[in-house]
Parts: sequence; structure tokens; C-alpha cells
Amino acid sequence: MKRRAENFGVSVTGRKLFSVVLCVPALMFVTALSSAVVADEPAGKPAATGAPEVPLGEFIDQQIRQGWSDNEIQASPVAGDEEWVRRVYLDLVGRIPTLTEAREFLADKNPRKRAILVDALLENEDYVRNFTTIWTNNSIGRGAPQRVSRMGMEKFYREAFAKNRPWNEIVVDILTASGHYEENGAVNYILAQMQMPDDAVQLTAMTTRLFLGLQVQCTQCHNHPFNKWQQDQFWEFNSFFRQVDKRDHRKLDPKTGRQVDDYSEVVWKEFTGPVYYEKRSGMMQVAFPRFQGHEVDPGVGVDRRAELAKLITEPAGTEPAGGEPAQLAQAMVNRTWSHFFGYGFTRPVDDMGPHNPASHPELLKRLAREFVAANYDVKHLVRWIVSTEAYQLSSQHGDKNKIDDPAAGEMPLFSHMYLKSMQAEQLYDSLIVASNAHQSGNGTWSAQEEQRRRWMQQFVVAFDNDENDESTTFNGTIPQALMMMNSELIDKACSVERGSFLFEQMSSPGGDPQKINDLYLAALTRKPTKAELTKMQKALARYGATKLNGYQDMFWALLNSNEFIFIH
Amino acid sequence: MSLWTNYGMNRRHFMQHIATAAATIPAMNFLSHVQANADVLKSSQKSCILMWMGGGPPTIDIWDLKPGSKNGGEFQPIDTAAPGVQISEHMPETAKMFADLSLVRSMSTREADHGRGRYYMQTSYVPNPTVVHPTFGSVVSYEIGRNRKALEIPAFVSVDGGAGQAGFLGMSHAPFVVDNTGRIRNEPSEESRQRLGARLTMLDEIEAGFMNSRRGELPKAHQDVYKNAVNLMTSRQMAAFDVAKSDPMLGLEAESDAVRDAYGRNGFGQGLLMARRLVQVGVPFVEVNMGGWDLHTGVFDTLKNQRLPQLDKGIAAITADLKARGMLDNTVLVWMGEFGRTPRINQDVGRDHWAASWSVMLGGGGLKNGQAVGATDKDGVQIADGSKAYLPGDIWATVAHAMGIPINTVHTSKRGRPMKLANGGTPIQELIG
Repeated sequence: MKRRAENFGVSVTGRKLFSVVLCVPALMFVTALSSAVVADEPAGKPAATGAPEVPLGEFIDQQIRQGWSDNEIQASPVAGDEEWVRRVYLDLVGRIPTLTEAREFLADKNPRKRAILVDALLENEDYVRNFTTIWTNNSIGRGAPQRVSRMGMEKFYREAFAKNRPWNEIVVDILTASGHYEENGAVNYILAQMQMPDDAVQLTAMTTRLFLGLQVQCTQCHNHPFNKWQQDQFWEFNSFFRQVDKRDHRKLDPKTGRQVDDYSEVVWKEFTGPVYYEKRSGMMQVAFPRFQGHEVDPGVGVDRRAELAKLITEPAGTEPAGGEPAQLAQAMVNRTWSHFFGYGFTRPVDDMGPHNPASHPELLKRLAREFVAANYDVKHLVRWIVSTEAYQLSSQHGDKNKIDDPAAGEMPLFSHMYLKSMQAEQLYDSLIVASNAHQSGNGTWSAQEEQRRRWMQQFVVAFDNDENDESTTFNGTIPQALMMMNSELIDKACSVERGSFLFEQMSSPGGDPQKINDLYLAALTRKPTKAELTKMQKALARYGATKLNGYQDMFWALLNSNEFIFIH
Repeated sequence: MSLWTNYGMNRRHFMQHIATAAATIPAMNFLSHVQANADVLKSSQKSCILMWMGGGPPTIDIWDLKPGSKNGGEFQPIDTAAPGVQISEHMPETAKMFADLSLVRSMSTREADHGRGRYYMQTSYVPNPTVVHPTFGSVVSYEIGRNRKALEIPAFVSVDGGAGQAGFLGMSHAPFVVDNTGRIRNEPSEESRQRLGARLTMLDEIEAGFMNSRRGELPKAHQDVYKNAVNLMTSRQMAAFDVAKSDPMLGLEAESDAVRDAYGRNGFGQGLLMARRLVQVGVPFVEVNMGGWDLHTGVFDTLKNQRLPQLDKGIAAITADLKARGMLDNTVLVWMGEFGRTPRINQDVGRDHWAASWSVMLGGGGLKNGQAVGATDKDGVQIADGSKAYLPGDIWATVAHAMGIPINTVHTSKRGRPMKLANGGTPIQELIG
């Protein structure tokens, strides 16, 4: 605990300094937000070794600003409340704010309201749901890999994020998991990587990519030309997973008298000694369990996965002084940063290493070190990122930062917020919110998840290979547009039946301007401009006596607009 | 001229609504599309059908057998219609069509990971973190599709696919992914159709602000995709997706059971049949996916009993059908996966990933067919001495040549970097004659 406080790195002096640096009035929100971070934790002393460290919040902003000045660009101004609140809801809880939530936030006069909202959202059950969705998709994909329980995987992550369990403990549970796929949902990660009998090659490749941010799949067959990983390292890592086996159980269906799938489980398999692999030259080689120079006894009675978990998930306080922070932490920091900004410090986020230098290496390292020191606390990490100056900025670029365009292949400088497309789940949940469907009491959590999952399947394209990879047609192309224009989901959202959003709007008092305001606020989390309001009133006039149709079409158009589908 | 027959839609009513929208959305140029007729769409138009073998097919068991080698496996070669060219005994129907097909037996492509291999084979470029290259179907959409004014449905259709990306050419050239039943999800209901014009007018009024708000290219790309979707929704060319539909004006007939059987009653066969219909209405690039090639175990049983019978039937049917209709010379056939498979047979009687020496099949398109270009050594482990090794760019340059796309075409990435067509590959001399 002592170390945690020290390394949290936000000291009292630091806080003052931080306020001084950000004297630009437009940035007052940032200051307010950063004080909120401090308020959560006891003020710590500077790190024991060497000179006092710059506090974390300040350090992040300094590093980002350095990139701006090095590239002679000027950052965009801070985003207005309307733009920011929509963004933070989508990023943190995976959906747009409800009409009520939006109104409350916009009306709030408290200068610290952004920080207060972040804290509140981190305690919202939709935060748990959002991160459960993200990590379930990361772990087993969106499709339906054989003999994998999505419910089990979701349950595992749901509990983990609800309790805010330390990330290293979550990963230990996943890598060492065994047992029934619903009783211990963590096993589903491994089951999803065992779609084909492949000597745990896919499990090796996926584990390094997902949890360590390293792409080593090519080194299965040959030394990587740039990556420092070599073929022997791939197989050394692989040898940790050779004690994994799975068992698929079947049972008798009393109705049909036939055998049907029951459950699957991960079980222990006796395995000792080295693994064998073939060099390009055809020479057979051996590899013993070894990770980053640490050798593990290849003999009888050693649980290799447990040993690996220990090596990967270095606990707070054990990292070498001045050395590289744990790769597990770096990978999580990179991925989480990318979740909020659309781009991480490396591209892609899961291909880190000397061959692919990070855009902000010092920042990445510092965040990773603090993450370890904070006992891998995911909510802390999220709060740090959301509290940065960069996260507050508008998504509109100016003349002086037009070149900051990672979509064109440039290195991200985070001088304005980048547009992100909503993920299918975010869209689904946002439509539910925008159309009031969440208030009609659609059953239990799992019933809702199941509904959403079924809807999701229309977009999943599985490739049916040993990498268990898949793609989605919810990617901004025509199938997505057709769904947005014509699907039952949209019809429901634009319905005027009793209990629907439009019904409530239409039957409440207030003239057209009021109603148009509310439609904009519900869909886009902002009020229309004066010009837009006039335009919409004229549009309604075109409908004459069938004004209700006009409102339906307006809501349809708002939901189909570019402004709705992009997180900005 | 009779319009909009087969969707039961009230064309006039729709056009009234759309008239207001058309004024503000110029690309929705419906009236010019209406001029389209079967004659214009006819055979002067070049197309390409890519048969994509997801997972990496063992070409050593299909196109380049090694009888007598320890790597030879269980299958024997048979003669084909092309003198001196032998292929697998499990491809007998395709063998008969080999006057119109060719092999390139000396592919050497270095990427043996599914994702990277797919990217490399489909774009001719290795993955690069700072730029997303267009898959070749998107290049064709950009180079040829844009100029086919009569084409109302997407110029790049992928049957059962989904991995291809348009990259710097823009979202409107991304593949339109359908499944092999040709069923388009979320087609508009009658009511949606009636209200579409009014809704699009409203949409246009609402999104204009965001589009011009200095937020990069994505908002505009979103609008472009919507235009494509609206074109598709309201097009009679949609009949091409449904093998049961006929439309004499488009030259489409309802496919008989005999035709459907000939292609094979499986996803690949029916996908190829749909591809032929799409080519008929002017789609310049259709990709038909066949998966299940990642044969790390039990390769011979799976090939013999499942994959090759379907493959054989499909290739033979599409070749014969296009030829009978006089379309073969204008339609390039390409067959490939992300890589080949190891010559060495592993302990599970499977073959693993292998990119160093493998084969691709080409056909039709006015190419000099009936030959095998290049060779591997006696065990299939490397390109034979004196044989030229080919890259994906060489295949796509050959296709570009056959389709009349100038091979010195250069595109510009978003960053302003020049990107050569097919990564500067060269058409294979033996095939273009």
C-alpha cells in the first residue's frame, strides 16, 4: 500500500504546479478533473529514488504538449459540454446518455462536473457491461466458436470489472483456468483458442498478442526479421501451454434419444520435458519453458501455466529499478489508451517492440509503471486517461493542427479528438436508449445480452481457420447502412406506439421548437442551432396534416446521420 | 419503357418523393440509371471473378502433384485438356476445361500467417502500420466501376467474404458482402420505400453541418456509402443476387435446377452462379469465398471427400457456362488462397502453412490459357532452378492487363505517397502472349 501511494505520483505541490501550468481559461475543466483524481488518493511523497517525479497528470499533458510543439501544431480548444458528455458516455458506459442524463449534466453549474460525472460513470453498471463486452470480444471474438460459452466468459469478466479486480489477477485467472466452462467462465478464453488440435500454437500467439501486445505468430516458423522474438522463444513460450487439454462432454437427449453437446472443460494433461519444433532447414530443435530469461523446471509436478502467470503478472514492487515496466502493463495501457482516443501509442496496438517504436514512449512507460504501482487498478488507469488534457479537446481540427490526421497514416499527436465509429454493441445500446426501449423493462441482464447477441450475428463473418479470426460487416459499408435505414430495430426506435420515445414526446406539452430540441438532444446530445431549428420547422411544414410522420422521419434521419454514428 | 417491375414498388410515387432528394444529393442520379439496358451492359465489359480459398489450400495436392516424392501424398495426377499439364485425380471435370485455364506453379510469397497472407495476396502489399492498401477488388471498383454509369449495385461484391478493405481508395469501394443465398438483409419494407425520399431529404439537411465541421473525411465517406446503399435498394439489378429471379431486360433468367445442380448445391457452387449473374449485369469484380482449407490434420480425407468434389464442380461449371455464353474472354478467373501448404506431411496427416512454393490458377479473360507457368522442384519445397518466382503483384498485374487497366496506374495514399498498381508487379509474359 505504501508503494502504491508513492507511485501514484500526484503530490500536493504537484497539484499546485499543475494548476499554474494550465492557466488558459478554456482548460479549467482539465484542472478540475485532475484535482478529482488527487482527491481519491492520499497525497504521496515523491518516489524514493532520485529527483522528485513530475506528478502523473502533469507528466502526461507535458508529454503530449511536447509532441505539439515539436511538430509546430496548435491543439484544438476544449470540447463543449454537449460534445464531451456524449463522448464520455459512449467510451465509458458504451452508450449515449439518456435525455434525462444529458439534461442534468448540461444544466449542472458545478465547475467540477466533468470529474464528478467520470466518477459516477465508473460506478455505473453500464461501465461493467461495456468493459465486459469489450473483453469478451477480445477473448473469444463476436462469433460462435465451437464449444465455448459466451455466457461463461461474460460472467467472468462481469464479476472482474464489477469488483474492479486488479488486471494482473484477472489475467492469472484466465491463463491458469481449468474446469467447466460455465462454472469457471475464465476457461473460455483458452477453449476459444483450441478450435483445432494445433499443439497450443494459437493459444501461444493469441496470449502474446492480447495480453502482452506482442505479435509472435510469424516466429512459429522462422525468426522474425525485425521483431526481437526468435523462433526458439515462440516455442519456449508455447511449452508453457502444453499441459492444457480440453474435454467435450456429451449427454443423451431424452426426447430424441440422441447424443447432444453438453459442456466443455479445460483439464490438466501430463507433459514434461521440452517441445520439439522444426527449423527452416529441417533440423529438429528443442525448447524448454522459459520467459524473458526466467527458466522454469521442465520436470514432473510443475504446473507450467501457474509458473508463467507468476512471470507475466509481476506484482507491484517487484519490477527492476529503472527497468522496463511489465509488458502486461504496457500492453493494457496501450490498449486502453487506444480505446479512448481511437489510436494507441503503437499501430496496431498489439504489435509492440523495438521494431515498431511507440509514438510517446516515455508516456507509455510512465503510465505502465504507475499502473503496476497502483496494483493494476483498471479504474485508475481509465480515470487517468479520461482526465488528460487531450481527452477534453474538441474533435474539430483547426488550420494549425490539420496535419494531425492518423487516419491518413500520420503518427497521432492527440491535438484533437479523433472520430471513432460506434461499435455494433454501442449502436445497439444507444438506439435502445434514444428510443426509450430501456424503460420498458426488457427482462434480465442475460435476456438483454442474448437479444443483443442474436442481433449482432448478422454482422459476423467467421474465417474458419486456426487463428479463429473473423471480420464484421458492421464496418461502415452497405450492410450497416441498410440496417440503419430499414431494420426492425430502427422501425422500433421511430415507432409512435404507446410507451415509445416519440409517443412520449408527442403527447407532452410544448410546441414544435421544444419537440425538435428534444429530438436533437435525445439523438445527438445537443440542441439544434438556430438555423437547424428553422430548417426543421420548414421541413415539418412540408408534411402538412401528417406532422407525426414528419417527426418520425426527422428522428429516423437523426439516427441515420453521420453525427449519430461517429463518436466525436 | 416499363420500370420497376419485380419489386411491386410504386415507382411513380417513389420518384415524386425522391425528386426533392435528388436535387440535394446529385450522385443519386436515378434518371441516368434508368437508361440502362441490356445491350449496353453486354460483353464489351471486362470482369474478374476471384475464387478465394480461405485458410490456404494445399496446392501440392490439387495443381502441382509430386508423385514419387516423400511429400507426394495420396493422390495421383491425371492429364488435362492442356497437353503436358497434369492436375489431381480428384479434379476430373476441371481437367477437361484446361484449354481455358492456366496454372502459375511458382508462387513465392513469404507471408504464412492467415491475416498477413490474406492482406498480401489481395493487395500485393505487405501490411504496413501507416497505410491501408486497397484489396484488388477495390482497385477494380475504383478504376472500372466508377465509369460504369449504368451499374447501380456495388462494383465489388464479395460472396461469403468480408476481409477485404478499400483502404485509401475510400469506403465506397469496399466490398459489398452477401451470403451465398443472395439474400440481402434489411431490404426496405414497402412503407420504408414509400418514405425513403422524404427521409433522405431530411437526412441531407441534418448531416450537412457535421460534414463541413472540419472532422476529416469520415463523415463524407458515410454519406457516400448511404448513396450506394440507396442506389442498391432501388435498383432492378438486385435481381442478379437471386438465382430464382428473371429479368429479360437485364438478360437474366431464373436458373433451372439443372444449372444449379451443375454448379453444385453448396455455398461455393451457388456463389459462383450468383457471380456469373452479377457479371451479366455489369459488376466488374466478384469474389466468391470457399473456406475450410486450413488442413493441419487429415488433409487427404477432407480433400477427397469434401473440398475437391465441390471445387472441381464449381470451377468446371463456371468456366463452361461463361464460355457457352460468350462471356469467358471478357471474364478473368482467379483462384488463390492466402498461401499454400507445407510439402512435408505432418504427424497428424496434415499440411501446415507454406508460402515459399505454391500455385495459383487463372483462366478466361482472353489470356493465353492451357499452360502451366513456372515449376517447383521434385519435392515441391522450392521454386525449380531456372523457373521465375512470382509475387501476388504479378498475378494482379496480369489481371489488370486482361481487364484493360493500365499497369502503370499510380494511386495516391492519404498521406500523398504514390502507390503503384499491384505494387509494381509485371504481367506474366507467357499468359498475356
